[in-house]
Amino acid sequence: MENLAAEQSILPVFVFFGAILLLVATMLGIASVLGERKQTKTTDLPYESGIIAVGSSQVRLSVDFFLIAIFFVIFDLETVFIFAWAIAFFELGWHGYLAVVVFILILTIALIYEWKSGALNWGVKSQTARKETS
Amino acid sequence: MSEANLPFIGAILLTVVGGAAVLTWFERRLLGIWQDRYGPNRLGPFGILQVAADMLKLLTKHDWIPPFADRFVFVIAPTAIVISMLMAFAVVPFGPDHYLIDMNVGLLFFLAMSSLAVYSVMLGGLASNNKYALLGGLRAAAQMVSYEVFMGLSLMGVVMLSGSFSLVDIVEAQQDGWYFIPQFLGLYVFIIAGIAESHRLPFDLPEAEHELTAGFHTEYGGMKFTMFMLGEYCGLILLSCMITTLFFGGWLGPFFPPLVWFALKTFGFVCFFILLRAAIPRPRYDQLMALGWTVMLPITLINLVATGAIALWMNQA
Repeated sequence: MENLAAEQSILPVFVFFGAILLLVATMLGIASVLGERKQTKTTDLPYESGIIAVGSSQVRLSVDFFLIAIFFVIFDLETVFIFAWAIAFFELGWHGYLAVVVFILILTIALIYEWKSGALNWGVKSQTARKETS
Repeated sequence: MSEANLPFIGAILLTVVGGAAVLTWFERRLLGIWQDRYGPNRLGPFGILQVAADMLKLLTKHDWIPPFADRFVFVIAPTAIVISMLMAFAVVPFGPDHYLIDMNVGLLFFLAMSSLAVYSVMLGGLASNNKYALLGGLRAAAQMVSYEVFMGLSLMGVVMLSGSFSLVDIVEAQQDGWYFIPQFLGLYVFIIAGIAESHRLPFDLPEAEHELTAGFHTEYGGMKFTMFMLGEYCGLILLSCMITTLFFGGWLGPFFPPLVWFALKTFGFVCFFILLRAAIPRPRYDQLMALGWTVMLPITLINLVATGAIALWMNQA
């Protein structure tokens, strides 16, 4: 019975989604019809603050971005377990609480380790490397 | 209001999109006042017709797709942020009977939708095939992904106290006291994470003009640029709505009807975020990331542990 009610009540979200899609499509559609068309010598060049672009845009990236991505995977997965505990917080009582404290402790140790190993220091690694080489 | 209610859907969209449009004018006026100048005051009463003028201008701009860009992704990317931000309004309870749907996972739906916005800026930056855009998109992705970790965690105190993910239940659980008092740490983290998540000033490093031209939307113009801006302003309204709902008792309040209370509180937070823009300068990007991982995340964990202990102890006594 409850399942049936849930299935029925999800409909407004889909209608809402449809309405939003319609709105966005209308806005983009009107703009592409009304927009002026202009072609000058520089129209089709990439904009880099008035300087003509040199080389490919696929530049080499700092490794820090990839580190952040890995940390996100680690910590966001662990937050999911905390979500599950928070919803049943009073039912689980002190027993569940102590279990989560241990879990958070492990999380904190991992965070301190990352911090101490310098993984969270944005950009510093490359600067020390440059100092050593020069 | 559990049936598909077309007038109500229309009213939500009109209010949010219209509100976001008016906000562009309102923000410039307020910033003007705070910086001791006028701001846009020429068109119509108090300059409010500036909104219409801007809209006409943006509609008649060249709808340019760069020949060096990935065409399909370039067009799709700016719509993603608008769609995801507007979708999140489906679960916001504007009043005791004024919501589109009361999901039992409403809070998770909000978190999911607000994190989907990261695809917009990242794909926009990647598809533009421009160095500034790529750097801006990457920055945005790293920033939003780091702040997302504790944006969700900061709300878990509220979930623990109310015992529900449903936003209507959370508001009703605040009859005896709004959550911004027991959850002040959660509120603090949520506000900062929310600003970083919607990359508003002072955390708009992905589009910082002084180093990245315009960041991820360097190559965008006309209506596609408007989409990014619309998404950002919708995000601002959404953030204010969520702070009202989760920490300041939603529609609860004496004398006025519930809808008026909700609108008043939300409006107050919108003004607060605009004032923040006028008051605080941008941090450096490394400072922003360090703040997230070394200050905000520990505060969130402390908040969780403390809230749990105190709530259980109070429940026992």
